[in-house]
Amino acid sequence: MVRAMAILLLCQLAGTIVQQALGLPVPGPVVGMVLLLAILVWRGGPSITLNTSAHGLLRYFGLLFVPAGVGVVTELHVLRTNALALVIAIPVSTALALLVTGSLMQFLLRGNADAS
Amino acid sequence: MHHSLLPLPFFHLWTYLRTQPLLGLTATLCTWELASMVDAKAGHKALTNPTLLSIVFLAAALLITRIPYEAFFNGAQYVHFLLGPATVALAVPMYHNLPAIKRDLSAIMVSLVTGSVVASASAMVIAHAMGAPNSVVVSLGPKSVTTPIAMGIAQNLGGQPPLAAVFVLITGMLGVAICTALFRLCRIRDWRAQGLAAGTAAHGIATARMLSLNQTAGVFSGLAIGLNGVATSLFLPILVRIFGY
Repeated sequence: MVRAMAILLLCQLAGTIVQQALGLPVPGPVVGMVLLLAILVWRGGPSITLNTSAHGLLRYFGLLFVPAGVGVVTELHVLRTNALALVIAIPVSTALALLVTGSLMQFLLRGNADAS
Repeated sequence: MHHSLLPLPFFHLWTYLRTQPLLGLTATLCTWELASMVDAKAGHKALTNPTLLSIVFLAAALLITRIPYEAFFNGAQYVHFLLGPATVALAVPMYHNLPAIKRDLSAIMVSLVTGSVVASASAMVIAHAMGAPNSVVVSLGPKSVTTPIAMGIAQNLGGQPPLAAVFVLITGMLGVAICTALFRLCRIRDWRAQGLAAGTAAHGIATARMLSLNQTAGVFSGLAIGLNGVATSLFLPILVRIFGY
């Protein structure tokens, strides 16, 4: 557990250093994620402890968004003044994204049978 | 202040606790447990998502007690900090999904990047056209990406991370609410296409839904979360510069 946490934090730290040093637009933890994926491919998979800890952490993924989400109390006036724009922009863009991704993927996979 | 209704020793205790991290952290974990129980009782509906319930409960509590957000975050930051390592941990399920990614690599990449650009660009263009200020427009850009990545992107581009987090949640719940009907209407029947679309447009909240419908759809939805996070953090800065937000 401690070793797994140390690995995750080291990847995040390395990712943050790379991001800051190169001035990348990608957040440090995302660089860390790509780094860990490269290590896993190189090493042929995660250790049992890393696997268990990663899945344990991701089981509570939803909880980790709560502190930032409560920050909405500081942004209520912004939501109120832009309510109409948001009520149109979010549903329309979400429906478009579902439609475009799904249709395109189904079209590109035609004739290529689902393995499951 | 209505706090003076409390007997004096309790008023001092309350004043003391407000300055400590203990209260904010305890409130976050207890509210999460309560929200999870409500969600289980309600049968895991889109609107009883424990993340949303917890945010609504805690935000209401802060507004009623007039505790400033900074005081609450003083404790909640210990939970918030784990977002970084959790984002890195997404590499583990991505690794397990590599065989599925490799088999349909070009189809996945083309569909995902196209859908991802459509999600960001359409939201920003509509909001900008309807008069939303640039900080709101930029915070809308990463709304289809999983929360920690979306907040990081919004921060880098001059948006508001808490606003981005709220847009991500709204997008996720909306995606779950409309995806099944939309797929049926547009005859998108392939589970791989349904999964990839749900994960690209509406991240982890939709992935949970896809997993409950079909294993293949769940896998494709799950891999879309990580891939879309990387894709959006790469193209959104360019898109924002082109549009001039």
